[in-house]
Amino acid sequence: MKEPTIVGFLCNWCSYEGADRAGDARLEYPANIRTVRVMCSGRVEPEFVLHAFREGASGVLILGCHPGDCHYKMGNYKARRRISLLKKTLEQLGIEPERVRLDWVAAGEGERFAKVANEMADTIKGLGPLELS
Amino acid sequence: MHNARGTTHEAYCVEREALSMKQFQVPRPPDDALRDMLASLMDKGKVGGVFALAQTGENSYSYALITDKKLLDHIVPTLPLMPANAGKMVSRLTMLEPVKTPIAVIMRPCELRALFELVKLEQARLDNLLFISYTCGGVLEMKTAKDGLQLKLEEYWKQVKTGGVSEDMRDSCRVCENFVPTGADITLTLVGNDNGKQTTVQVNSEKGEEFLAGLSYELTEAGPELEALDSMRKKRAEQKPDVFGQFAAEELGMAGLTALFGRCIGCHACGRACPVCYCSSCHFEAAENEFDPSTLETELTNRGALRLPTGTLYYQIGRLFHVSISCVGCGMCSDVCPVDIPVASLFAKLAGSVQGMFGYVSGRDAEEKIPTSTFEMEELEEIGA
Repeated sequence: MKEPTIVGFLCNWCSYEGADRAGDARLEYPANIRTVRVMCSGRVEPEFVLHAFREGASGVLILGCHPGDCHYKMGNYKARRRISLLKKTLEQLGIEPERVRLDWVAAGEGERFAKVANEMADTIKGLGPLELS
Repeated sequence: MHNARGTTHEAYCVEREALSMKQFQVPRPPDDALRDMLASLMDKGKVGGVFALAQTGENSYSYALITDKKLLDHIVPTLPLMPANAGKMVSRLTMLEPVKTPIAVIMRPCELRALFELVKLEQARLDNLLFISYTCGGVLEMKTAKDGLQLKLEEYWKQVKTGGVSEDMRDSCRVCENFVPTGADITLTLVGNDNGKQTTVQVNSEKGEEFLAGLSYELTEAGPELEALDSMRKKRAEQKPDVFGQFAAEELGMAGLTALFGRCIGCHACGRACPVCYCSSCHFEAAENEFDPSTLETELTNRGALRLPTGTLYYQIGRLFHVSISCVGCGMCSDVCPVDIPVASLFAKLAGSVQGMFGYVSGRDAEEKIPTSTFEMEELEEIGA
């Protein structure tokens, strides 16, 4: 079976670097995660998530700097509220909230990136595809 | 999470504070009492205009801004119909700059709350507006205007008097517990009163008192009709299983949502009518959301079938994400839906739960920030744990 696609929105300052670090260290992470670099996790609008679903993604991973470390001071705090709201909405609509995951990965955390990415891939594989039209 | 008004009980207390102890009585039905009061305010030059629901012909009603006193005969401010959400209408009047002449605005509690949300979104201004509202018995579906309105009104006012729920009301009104206006300068206490002969008017703010000063009303100290308000709150809570029951999460999912919105024609009327669907150009109407032939082909190859018109579910869920934090539960969306999708009930159910996450009641207070525009450092710590 084709692996379900996961779109990863990675913040430019921490998590994208973290993914790079994972690559440098030759750490394995699933190939079905398609990364999109955004300037901040706070830049991720709910439509981005929905758009990814509509384009065929079955899961969306949003990674930002750890709380307190945001390059823009508070973007990740705002993302935290926004994504919680989004997950609550999905849950009530009977769509598994686990399809969306917000997590924190710092620039040096290559291992953490690989761990989160692998966990996400397992979760989505378990849930199967989501078909939104 | 810190929010001074976090619980339902506290919200309830805020409402009771909103009902002032200063009031006067007018031996006339509410609409007549309001026409008299507004005519006096215009005579004395205290207001230059009146914004209210008006009768525009047989079976026809719309909101109107009236500056000619003679036209006050046409206003029907407490008639239980809502052709548009007045909050949105006032936003249209004040989006670019505040009105220069004082205007008396008469609107329902949910319309006032919508307006306050729009103020937070910088799409409306409150300067020079005198707000008159009332404890609200709900509205009838708009189609009632040309279908047995008089008969249904009789039953409606009977229910308002005893704090009951009328079956002909919008579903969103049947379950609305925010029927006491917060933020109004003057409130008519319709719920619990016999509105055939007498009107009780409460003055809730200094601004309200200033406007009414010099008019021939004598203020007395008195309390609101709490018994009827409590009864109405209880009866409305009882309606929830009936209205919300159909949207249990386990019944929805992609299959349930597709069934619910399958007949959506993608007209976007719900968004147009929604007071808090605030974007000036809609993401879902952008050209990038059109399916070009190659996208269609990919869809058909990957999925084996495609529902048309495309993107209806994408639109509905997207709109839910956008507006649920500010949804005031006015029911405009369901009322204008040409294919009778109970969209307002679904939105109201989800609005209750997402606003509840932050102890927020949309539009309760024009000064309170919309939760998604702010944050606490210490909260939601399960994320990233």
